[in-house]
Amino acid sequence: MSTTPETPQLYAAREPVFPRRVSGRFRNLKWWLVAVMLGIYYITPWIRWDRGPNMPDQAVLVDLANRRFFFFFVEIWPHEFYFVAGLLIMAGLGLFLFTSALGRVWCGYACPQTVWTDLFIQTERWIEGDRNARVRNWQAPWGFRKGRIYLTKWTVWLLIALATGGAWVFYFTDAPTLLRDLIAFQAHPVAYTTIGILTATTFLFGGFFREQVCIYACPWPRIQAAMMDEDTLTIAYRDWRGEPRGKLKKGRLDPEQGDCIDCMACVNVCPMGIDIRDGQQLACITCGLCIDACDEVMDRIGKPRGLIGYLALSDELHEKQGKPPISVWRHVFRPRTVLYSVLWGGVGIGLIVLLLMRTDLDMSVAQVRNPLYVTLSDGSVRNAYEVRIRNMHHEPREFTLALEAPVPMALDLEGIDGFTVTIAPDEMLNQRLYLVAPADSPAATTQRTDVTLRATEPESGQVVAVETLFNGREN
Amino acid sequence: MVDETDNTPKGAAGEPSPENKVKPPERQYPEPRKVLQRKAAPPEPAKTGHVWDGIEEYDNPMPRWWLWTFYICIIWAVIYMILYPAWPLVSQATPGILGHSTRGDVAREIESFEARNEVWFQRLVETEVAALRDDVELERFAVRAGGAVFAAQCSQCHGSGGGGVQAGGFPSLVDDDWLWGGTLEDIHLTIAHGIRNETDPMARWSEMPAFGRDGILEDEEIDQVVEYVLAMSGQDHDAALAEAGAEVFEWNCAACHMEDGSGNMDLGAPALNNQVWLYGGDRETIRHTVVYSRFGVMPAFAGRLREAEIRAVAVYVHQLGGGQ
Repeated sequence: MSTTPETPQLYAAREPVFPRRVSGRFRNLKWWLVAVMLGIYYITPWIRWDRGPNMPDQAVLVDLANRRFFFFFVEIWPHEFYFVAGLLIMAGLGLFLFTSALGRVWCGYACPQTVWTDLFIQTERWIEGDRNARVRNWQAPWGFRKGRIYLTKWTVWLLIALATGGAWVFYFTDAPTLLRDLIAFQAHPVAYTTIGILTATTFLFGGFFREQVCIYACPWPRIQAAMMDEDTLTIAYRDWRGEPRGKLKKGRLDPEQGDCIDCMACVNVCPMGIDIRDGQQLACITCGLCIDACDEVMDRIGKPRGLIGYLALSDELHEKQGKPPISVWRHVFRPRTVLYSVLWGGVGIGLIVLLLMRTDLDMSVAQVRNPLYVTLSDGSVRNAYEVRIRNMHHEPREFTLALEAPVPMALDLEGIDGFTVTIAPDEMLNQRLYLVAPADSPAATTQRTDVTLRATEPESGQVVAVETLFNGREN
Repeated sequence: MVDETDNTPKGAAGEPSPENKVKPPERQYPEPRKVLQRKAAPPEPAKTGHVWDGIEEYDNPMPRWWLWTFYICIIWAVIYMILYPAWPLVSQATPGILGHSTRGDVAREIESFEARNEVWFQRLVETEVAALRDDVELERFAVRAGGAVFAAQCSQCHGSGGGGVQAGGFPSLVDDDWLWGGTLEDIHLTIAHGIRNETDPMARWSEMPAFGRDGILEDEEIDQVVEYVLAMSGQDHDAALAEAGAEVFEWNCAACHMEDGSGNMDLGAPALNNQVWLYGGDRETIRHTVVYSRFGVMPAFAGRLREAEIRAVAVYVHQLGGGQ
């Protein structure tokens, strides 16, 4: 543990970042995205969707207890989990597509860490003021004023965090009921625990950890590098235009000097606390705020915009040779992104087709092979089968079971006279049935016979058929 | 050096200081892209002095967060040792002040399941045996519970699927041929009291004489009656001997197996005119049965299982395919 004085500190303490307010194209876009995404997150659980009696009327609901997922008109059963797998594949391909085309656009605009940090910084700005005021507060000794300001800030953060954690649990059970229970302290402990954990993580991640989550904790920046190439758009500083940088002196424009006036605007607005002029770096989440800040300055000093802008690696060589900038669309549309789009769209279309083609009826037949067959007293051979029929409707349904066999054989249902079974709503029926082949019939004396079992709903005419085997005495 | 301080990217220090504002800017600008290398390399940290194959080890401090995690783990371990069983002693571990044990957890869990089952067991006992399958919910419970008991208590002889041992003396429970009856009540009685055992006075009992060994029938008569039984079940036989065997059968066998060979379930006398054979239906086996007789036994379960369990097994067996 003892460190000698000359040993350098390997682990530098975090230097707090106080991003300055900025306005411009990307800032506006980001506010819109924050509003839309937080809106979706908070409002979705409160949308109602009528599904008839005894069914939840929440449009989006993950009903873990009853193992159902509801999404508007779609109802996913556990055996249809491949839809979730498909959506995850789409999410993966989508990230490939966006990363190869637009770099870390997810990090800069859509990642919850970015969105909530943005919200927290804005809150901080409302309560304390802009960058300079916040730096002053930070450096001020602890006292009544600092305590009051920080306490106010933390309280508002905590309320935002509580709303975040609170909204999450509404996705898992009926939102109005849960809200009433939560307020009355009658909700399930799991709900309180979940809210508590998410409130704590939101508060800490958005208020205190901020850029450190992206730099140290998140694996995504490391993985992204593998998906970026020389055409991927990232944010870069046109050093061939900006350097040598130097202060702007009133009235005197040094012809030797580049366009960068070293005003630090790009650094001061950066939520990650980096200097984009150092080049592309791991900590840059490509949020675009430095572009806005620099454009503002360029406008003021009468220089063209775009000293900092979205650039691809290939642009650097190209522009250094004095050629005009390459269109952004040329970078975005290239074989790689087209291929990702095609794959992404293919999986999406596949899922939609599956969704439209899926039946609300599911039948499976498992042959009882212990014993393989049973000889009855008149010498006939009997096979038993476990039939499972799932009724995915919300009302009871009747089905008539029938046998289709190439040779004489009789169908018989355990415990039921006739061939009609009734299945309760949202239930699975387990029914044993028997096939009996007469003593000297072909099916009884051979090894096996292919047969088909059919379930027909007389009311709708819907049919589901399953092929299976009949084992004869030759086994 | 002005660039050095001005470009410090983070925090309040990043703002140009008032001194820099008044000073005329120096004319030295870094070459483009050189900015990347402007940070000085940190001095070489101390070494531990350990060398392995020329590889030396730096004496770096441990990361603070890592160290704190480590301390918290140690504190947690102490708390854990106080609260939970921890130190192994001779016969058991220190109990911990919470008195927690995984065995206790299991016992509680079993208790809770048993308490839930108790309601159903009660219903099983209160319902008429013959009506056990009329209530769908009760039947479903009985099949599940009975299946578990069957696997533990019955499958050793009757097979895990209830198919018995063909021609081996262990009857199949899934066919439509019963020795002592296949109604729910018959099955229930058989399971409760067993067959030909000495322990239960209410056990089902019958005994076939050993016609050959005890000299009741002559060899010739045995040959005749065996042919007659073969004829009865529709197998290849010597017609002349079988005709003679009819009379032997009527005098010696029909009392239990009935004149047409259809058997008598009150006496556990199997039907001889069908295709299901408990010990085998070929000439040799039938002759052996007639000469030495058979004496299949089954234990009584009345003392071993609860009444509710016996009823559950009866329902389970009844729905395997042979129930009458």
